[in-house]
Amino acid sequence: MTYREKAQVLDESALDRALTRIAHEIVEQAGGVDDIALVGIKTRGVTLGQRIAAKIAAIEGTKPAVGALDITLYRDDLRLKAEQPVVRGTEVPFPIKGRTVVLVDDVLFTGRTIRAALDALMDLGRPRVIRLAVLVDRGHRELPIRPDYIGKNLPTSRRETVAVLLREHDGMDRVVIQEPTESATGETSQ
Amino acid sequence: MTWKRKDLLTMQDLEAGEIREVLDTAESMKEIATREIKKVPTLRGKTVVNLFYEASTRTRTSFEIAGKWLSADVINFSASGSSAEKGESLLDTAKNIEAMSPDVVVVRHKASGAPALLARNLRCAVVNAGDGAHEHPTQALLDLLTIREKKGHLEGLNVTIVGDVAHSRVARSDIHGMRRMGMTVTVAGPPTLIPAACQELGVKVSHRLEEAIAHADVIMMLRLQHERMTAGFIPSLREYSRVWGLSLDRLKHCRSDVLIMHPGPVNRGVELSPEVADGPYSVILDQVTNGVAVRMAVLYLLAGSKGA
Repeated sequence: MTYREKAQVLDESALDRALTRIAHEIVEQAGGVDDIALVGIKTRGVTLGQRIAAKIAAIEGTKPAVGALDITLYRDDLRLKAEQPVVRGTEVPFPIKGRTVVLVDDVLFTGRTIRAALDALMDLGRPRVIRLAVLVDRGHRELPIRPDYIGKNLPTSRRETVAVLLREHDGMDRVVIQEPTESATGETSQ
Repeated sequence: MTWKRKDLLTMQDLEAGEIREVLDTAESMKEIATREIKKVPTLRGKTVVNLFYEASTRTRTSFEIAGKWLSADVINFSASGSSAEKGESLLDTAKNIEAMSPDVVVVRHKASGAPALLARNLRCAVVNAGDGAHEHPTQALLDLLTIREKKGHLEGLNVTIVGDVAHSRVARSDIHGMRRMGMTVTVAGPPTLIPAACQELGVKVSHRLEEAIAHADVIMMLRLQHERMTAGFIPSLREYSRVWGLSLDRLKHCRSDVLIMHPGPVNRGVELSPEVADGPYSVILDQVTNGVAVRMAVLYLLAGSKGA
């Protein structure tokens, strides 16, 4: 299915301001940086996690640890797919036991990715608290999951997709809503 | 590149992209071994049957651990103490196992082609865990993973395989896989143990150990199979060891960053001196560790294939 751009939701500076605000909120709620670890969900969640960590370092002078979580092995739709999705590997090279772990992802949609990420995280240790930061919350939850830090609330229809473009991967920073070019149905997977 | 095959039978069939997909997946699987809780839920509810008609410790255990870390149910079936001893044919046994709905059957058999026979007749995925003197693809994949991990790449490397190439399914799988990945392969050993048709596989042949290993990035020592001693392939164990064994002294003429590999089990003091087997160049235990990761990758990729 092909998509065309319907509207730009965040430009470069709005995206940057959203991340700055999230960084402030994380520090404020945790009351410091010492116990905080950021764990991004591959691939763009990791990049966003690194950017938020850099912002926290600028505010507090200490950079929190950043890990990368691949949730492929924890997906709930493996049996529904004809081919196995590519496994990209988890890199969380620090203990998460007893820490405040902030999960970071680009778009929150059905919540199934976050469900898988919670299971993956629990297998690595027992954090004191897990919080959730997302750049865009587009609604349509299928599970009882709610983000703690949100860059932008974005009402969408199910047939649209939200594309988060980041400099490191796409050469630019912007968030756009896309819609199918045909009257095709179907949804993006988790 | 996404995996399309129902079975993993040979290295000869695999394209470079498929090999890379297995290695990349295996690399990701390695992290699970470092965890306190070594288990992911990926293959929950799937059944893996190890159907071993030949003795094996390493390979069977490796598949068993791989399956269990992915949360599959793993059942071991060995020929001794089973219906095979009562004269049931391989295909009948396999059909009976299939009636219990496994998702993957891992088979080792002394007859070349046995896994291919099962693959044609079973709906589930079949993995060749060694068939006669034919192939042992997961061993070749773990060898490639180990080399790639230590050297950072595969293309352009020189590999020398030393010993009983004629009877070795490991050598055959390695040669196919390494050639496919753009590596240069030399085989070395007494003429009685080097098959005449070897060059057709695109390898160089050498009958002098020093010359064969001088420029090698990797030396793969094969196990001398004692059971073949009676067939008159070599004059004596002592002579074989003196001419073809790898000792510290011989390593002096090798590259300083050479890797020594061995598919196991090692005959200490025959093909490898203990100082070499346990020395800094040896990556024999890395091979074993990587074996689990490669088999996790293979089970993961095959369990997602159609029919499984």
